Amino acid sequence: MSQPDLDQMLAQGWRKPHFIQNPMLRWGLILGAAVYMVLAVSTIEVDWGRVYEGLDRGWQFILSFTRPDFVSRWGDIWAGLVESIVMTVAASVVGIAISIPIGLGAARNIAPLPVYLVCRAIVAISRALQEIIVAILLVAIFGFGPLAGFLTLSFATIGFLSKLLAEDIEAMDKVQAEAIKASGARWMQWINYGVQPQVMPRLVGLSMYRIDINFRESAILGLVGAGGIGATLNTAFDRYEYDTAAAILILIIGIVMALEYLSGIIRARVQ
Amino acid sequence: MPVLEREGETVWRRRTTGQSMARWFAWLIGAAVFLYCWQQISEATTWFFVWDAPRIAEDIWSRATPPRWEYITQLGRPVWDTLNIATLGTIIALFLAVPVAFLAARNTTPSALFVRPIALLIIVSTRSINSLIWALLLIAIIGPGVFAGVVAIAIRSIGFCAKLLYEAIEEIDKTQVEAITATGASRWQVMAYGIVPQILPAFAGIAVFRWDINIRESTVLGLVGAGGIGLQLSASLNVLAWPQVSLILIVILVAVVISEWVSAKVRGAII
Repeated sequence: MSQPDLDQMLAQGWRKPHFIQNPMLRWGLILGAAVYMVLAVSTIEVDWGRVYEGLDRGWQFILSFTRPDFVSRWGDIWAGLVESIVMTVAASVVGIAISIPIGLGAARNIAPLPVYLVCRAIVAISRALQEIIVAILLVAIFGFGPLAGFLTLSFATIGFLSKLLAEDIEAMDKVQAEAIKASGARWMQWINYGVQPQVMPRLVGLSMYRIDINFRESAILGLVGAGGIGATLNTAFDRYEYDTAAAILILIIGIVMALEYLSGIIRARVQ
Repeated sequence: MPVLEREGETVWRRRTTGQSMARWFAWLIGAAVFLYCWQQISEATTWFFVWDAPRIAEDIWSRATPPRWEYITQLGRPVWDTLNIATLGTIIALFLAVPVAFLAARNTTPSALFVRPIALLIIVSTRSINSLIWALLLIAIIGPGVFAGVVAIAIRSIGFCAKLLYEAIEEIDKTQVEAITATGASRWQVMAYGIVPQILPAFAGIAVFRWDINIRESTVLGLVGAGGIGLQLSASLNVLAWPQVSLILIVILVAVVISEWVSAKVRGAII
């Protein structure tokens, strides 16, 4: 702050500076938000009578978490869970394996322009399409079952991992890669010794994160017939068997927590 | 430094014999797990349908093109609903996420022993269950419609926003907080003048980021009956009206791209 500013501010009350400095923009945003809120809330139809009726059922559901029923549908739950885990593992392996070359191709400092554009296009398509929509299309094409789910998750993994890997490669230290190149390394050796060690810790961390996401997503693919625990969960809700649904949700939360804990340990070890 | 003795000379190696054996064994187990998973998927797949897939894909493509453009007149309301689900859901989630984040952050929590675990449990459980599952549950409880979608998006976003926010709170600069405390400020004044200004940019960034994700998620909530453009998608899919499906997919893609652009612009302006 320059000196005259300070002189002017002396002997005046202090006021908190606004988050958005420009007053026109600030009031415009506030007004716009207010108008939008009125419009949005007024167009939502809420049947409060139905909501009130439902509160009782909601309470039943919350209570069912205190007495989850793992036993009576254990066969279905187990089959669905195993299928979800199988899909997650297979899709993560294939997705990571494919996303490494695409990630290399999508890094501007490594790949020539045509390869870069093709790889970026693949990433953009994969990221723009929502998993569940991809799953619907793949179920229509490949039929019901875990294969459609496996392909969906692999496809989604490619977009996620390639993009982040490419960004990491673009931000790497050029000097190390150049040193390897100066020693007369071939392209493969250059990647292997100059680039890979720099991005490996982050790649491992991101892969663990993606496995976590893939498991969570695999839990809903069953809703559209692409295999996994989702179908069992949907049936449980449809039959109002809240205690079974609660058991499934507890299992999902438990597995996600375990995965998160595991990925924390692995990330701490590689970094 | 691990070396290899060969014909009286020592040659540099990357790993000792024990290390490379351990790595080889780990790769073996990984490959075995992957093959087992693939076998499970393969067993549950009707391969006849898969071999038939190119023909089916071609068939669907020929049915879906050209999109039925005049159907777009009926999509205005669903798109508006989708926007409302995402925006109102995000707003509600932010209101709920702020207290949870303050309770979960190590430096602001009233009790690290009792309150913090509860806040973390809220974060993990809301985050690990997909919004489609929340929507399924809420439809069973409060009936189908836009309101169920809003609440589903809101619950799902609490964990995400609170997690990012509490990490931001834990990373704040302590000296500023101490300076405010030294002026004799009360607990709430310290909050308002010492902590909030530091996390406000992160908060705005998280809000826009989550809004962008919520636009994506709310486009498919209709598949289970929670309002928005997904309702139209599921209705069109059920009657195999592929030209309408392709138009809806185009609309969803455009919405996703616009929301991503808006969120990138706003985040760029904040940071």
